[in-house]
Amino acid sequence: MEGDAELQDLYREVLLDYFRSTTRKGKLDPADVRAHGINPVCGDELEITARREGGKISALRYAGHGCVISQASAAMMGEALEGKSEARARELVKAFKTMMLENAPVASLPEELEPLSALEGVRKFPLRVKCATLAWNTIAQGLDASPAAKEA
Amino acid sequence: MNVSKIRADFPILKRLVRGKPLVYLDNAATTQKPRQVIESLVDFYEKHNANVHRGVHSLSEEATNMVEASRAKTAKFIGAPKPETVIFTRNATESINLVAHAWGRKFLKAGDEVVLTEMEHHSNIVPWQLLAKDKNIVLKFVPVEPDGTFDIEKVKTVVGPKTKLFSFVAISNALGTVNPVEQMIKIGKAAGATVLVDACQWAPHRTMNVQSWGADFVAFSAHKMLGPTGIGVLWGKEELLDAMDPFLGGGDMISRVTLEGATWNELPYKFEAGTPNIADAVAFGPALDYLTAVGLDAIREHEDRLAAKAVKILEAEPSVFVLGPKDPARRSGVVSFNISGLHPHDVGTTFDLEGVAVRVGHHCCQPLMHKLQCGGTARASFYLYNDESDVEGLARALKRTVDFFKIRPKAGVH
Repeated sequence: MEGDAELQDLYREVLLDYFRSTTRKGKLDPADVRAHGINPVCGDELEITARREGGKISALRYAGHGCVISQASAAMMGEALEGKSEARARELVKAFKTMMLENAPVASLPEELEPLSALEGVRKFPLRVKCATLAWNTIAQGLDASPAAKEA
Repeated sequence: MNVSKIRADFPILKRLVRGKPLVYLDNAATTQKPRQVIESLVDFYEKHNANVHRGVHSLSEEATNMVEASRAKTAKFIGAPKPETVIFTRNATESINLVAHAWGRKFLKAGDEVVLTEMEHHSNIVPWQLLAKDKNIVLKFVPVEPDGTFDIEKVKTVVGPKTKLFSFVAISNALGTVNPVEQMIKIGKAAGATVLVDACQWAPHRTMNVQSWGADFVAFSAHKMLGPTGIGVLWGKEELLDAMDPFLGGGDMISRVTLEGATWNELPYKFEAGTPNIADAVAFGPALDYLTAVGLDAIREHEDRLAAKAVKILEAEPSVFVLGPKDPARRSGVVSFNISGLHPHDVGTTFDLEGVAVRVGHHCCQPLMHKLQCGGTARASFYLYNDESDVEGLARALKRTVDFFKIRPKAGVH
């Protein structure tokens, strides 16, 4: 809709596209990483599954019902982390959370996280920041809980 | 009922939210406070502040009398036989926990049944789950029908001879369902059970008389009825309160303490350990005065009318689904709804941009949401100071949301 600049600033078109996207929705089975996150504000649950291959995250899926912000954030995270080494994935999680929680400038986001700058408007709604970070906290917890086996 | 005069008593209604006049429709969560309540808090701290039931000095006596005057008003408001049967707690949650600890621990034994319902707020589920773990009691739940009501025949089936306690919500905070309270109390009493009523959504909106109800315990919160936060009420039958052990131990609740032991103070102080929330108890008095002066019947009629208008507006939008009973006689001033394909939190944020405050999420009723197969809802709840402009605000926010997300029935934004 044209004219609703205020809503467009929060719900940018790119977010709505990722929200509608089904590319990374679902569960991987088998999976090397499995994590379950709950947003205490709304009770929404998110399950993230991922596979490792050659020291990298080869695939990532998210399942669960959620708002535009949490689902779009999970979809963008999946896109950003696939193909990355675990160390790089952790750096990206940290960079994203710093942007959301500490108001770091969007320009400081690593290149791989460029689409995530669309979540900038969410920072004006402190209660919704938890929606944006849910997937990221969940994958971090999953990586911690299932450390990669030492590559031969 | 002169709503514009009432609105003038609530200073917060003049403020802007995100540049728009506040449309406050989150009254089931907490209500706004009239200046009479706010001034009472200031007056207490400026002129009367002292600890209660202790000093012999003038201020302590004044403070004590003011708290007891509020207790007497509360007793009168709910038809309690004696002010001493009104216990001040922090909130209804604490009131229910008090019963679970002080009555449940003493009188329930392994194998006893506690009957709750699927409609309960977490505050009337979790205290019993904690107790069930400790005492090996059995929890049973009256099922909720798809329209958000109870089938009274099922209540009669679940409540049985082994039921020692039947605890249920009078009006659902999530759906606005008005339950047949007296009938349900009768079923519990006929089975020989002790009956606790969660009256959080009833006390602010409908007259009640705890004696004619015939329940054993009734719990509610002051902040949902124009009063300050931090004051809840537990009313109990005197013989039950007498038979119970204390909840918390400390000052005020004892009659005599030696190093070997203690004896308990009389009611209600036995259950009010430590320095109570004096100022807020005092300020609950003018809240009750305000509701009494306007009249609960007039308030109920007013909010029912606004809620009916809201339901009509919401149902005119094809993508909206209104939950709860269709029959207005079985619904309070709470309207819970979902917009097809849109998460309640996105609804809440979009409404907020229009200055409209609604509650979104599971309303602390996750088992109920699970039963109704929705993760949550958006909820508009009305009170005496709401008017047509608030219904218009809701309509405006709804249109803006639907337009922005280009929502069509069924298809949604998915």
